[in-house]
Amino acid sequence: MTEEFASYYNRRILKPPTWREVNIGGYLYLGGLAGASSVFAAGGQLTGRPALARVGKVAALAGITLSLVALVEDLGRPARFVNMLRTFKPTSPMNMGSWLLAAYAPLAGVSALCDLTGKLPLVGRAACYGAAVIGPAITTYTAVLVSDTAVPAWHEGHREMPFLFAGSATATAAGAALIATPRSENAPARRAAVLGAALELAAGRLMRRRIGMIAESYERGRAGSLLRAAEALALAGTAGALVAGRSRALALLSGAAFMAGSACLRLGVFSAGVASTEDPRYTVVPQRNRLSAASQDRDRQYA
Amino acid sequence: MTAARSIPVATRLPQVQEETGYPEHPPRMGFFTDTSVCIGCKACEVACKEWNLLPSDAPFELTGMSFDNTEQLSGSTWRHVAFIEQRKPVKAPDGAGDQGQGSGDQGSGDLRWLMASDVCKHCTDAACLDVCPTGSLFRTEFGTVVVQQDICNGCGYCVSACPYGVIDKREEDGRVFKCTLCYDRQVDGLTPACAKACPTESIQYGPVDELLQRAAARLQELRQDGVADARLYGHDPADGVRGNGAFFLLLDEPEVYGLPPAPKVTTRDLPSMWRHAAVAALTLACGIAAAFATARR
Repeated sequence: MTEEFASYYNRRILKPPTWREVNIGGYLYLGGLAGASSVFAAGGQLTGRPALARVGKVAALAGITLSLVALVEDLGRPARFVNMLRTFKPTSPMNMGSWLLAAYAPLAGVSALCDLTGKLPLVGRAACYGAAVIGPAITTYTAVLVSDTAVPAWHEGHREMPFLFAGSATATAAGAALIATPRSENAPARRAAVLGAALELAAGRLMRRRIGMIAESYERGRAGSLLRAAEALALAGTAGALVAGRSRALALLSGAAFMAGSACLRLGVFSAGVASTEDPRYTVVPQRNRLSAASQDRDRQYA
Repeated sequence: MTAARSIPVATRLPQVQEETGYPEHPPRMGFFTDTSVCIGCKACEVACKEWNLLPSDAPFELTGMSFDNTEQLSGSTWRHVAFIEQRKPVKAPDGAGDQGQGSGDQGSGDLRWLMASDVCKHCTDAACLDVCPTGSLFRTEFGTVVVQQDICNGCGYCVSACPYGVIDKREEDGRVFKCTLCYDRQVDGLTPACAKACPTESIQYGPVDELLQRAAARLQELRQDGVADARLYGHDPADGVRGNGAFFLLLDEPEVYGLPPAPKVTTRDLPSMWRHAAVAALTLACGIAAAFATARR
């Protein structure tokens, strides 16, 4: 497709995100790992699978701690991180996310520490269920975070992005469980991994179909390579998970493939967003199309 | 001028201070930048840098983009003059001689040189303000949008949210900066530095409702003189940002000047985004629950 469009010396109109890929791409990934792991932990606790519960709790704490470090490290003024909590502002997904994290991180911490030390078991169990209630929101609010921008590849995909992130989070948390849980307890993780991968693949495909020419930014360059790798790894992980009940080694490989695939997906989505701000065509052409559709509507009204 | 020939232009922009919650406030103030009389002197850029003590955008490079070596608005450049050279037949208005848009030939030429001073639009629906997680960005009593530098923690969310690519981070400082419409001068009843320095009144400052009338009259005048390309930009309260506190008269499509043709405030879709995220979160919880429910020991 080569739509004609005018520009100012072919310069970008938008400013590319100031966020660093390793920090914010990593944050999207680690937040997903943590949030979904808390749900696995609660499931393990509830159904008498203590090893699976412990893996979920530890993965949740590790994920959320590292993601907070990445988030603060990315600020221009890290010492002012707490300014995020000086207001309560529903129009700012980053503000709402800060409140979610402020509620979730202590629960994930208490849940994991009680499990590992064996102290205050009742408190630990309660914290585990609390973290599992907030966990799913931790995995999908990040989709709102990136979509609530002028970045064409992120904003136009705002309907599918939460499902893409939910699928990716499920697959990576299940991947962590497959790696670290004995075979006797990993059956739920195997099933959930396949579900997560299927959701991730379906949401990604649907998004690229619905956003028109902007889909190019997901298919070309670095983003394209990362997302193709993510799809291949998710498929490989799925193949492994379907037969991993028989072999610990297969479960390990399959889990690693899910985790790597999910990481590639987040970095690929981040990369596509940046690419879509760098080229003015992704700003001008969709807006022109919107204008001409609106004027056709008006013409029909007055005809 | 007959009523039938007049071009419809809205006479009011939303009184955004009332929506913000100011019980009493001065009129909404803004800029009307009439690019048809811009001569590209860059006095606005210089006056802005001087008054606001803005650092230089190092390193300085010759871009080859006509006379534009400023390149773009940034954290330390709050006025930017664009220069566009076009091969386009230009006819001066009948009996008016060469009006300065032509190549210098008597009456007509085929080179057109467009100049336009760009600035923060101080949107009615400002995405930067909406997404700011700390409340650092705020709406002033003049209806403008300003960063409180002692609050900003440099998260950069506003940079990605601005549909015009205006606000940006100063890497060496870590915080974001943009045009304040010379808030410090406004509170003392002074004209912002760029408008004060503009020698042709291409940049006009005042209450936005008054500027809208002036813009409509100027558009009418140019159209009657046969300048069919003339159009207003950012003046329409029905557009995707409910109009700008800083609007423009342009002589070509907005994208020719590096402006988005139909920008939309991203937060207009936010309720839909939260709904989709809630359904996706439920899907995740139910999916994992189903995996547990159906898994055998």
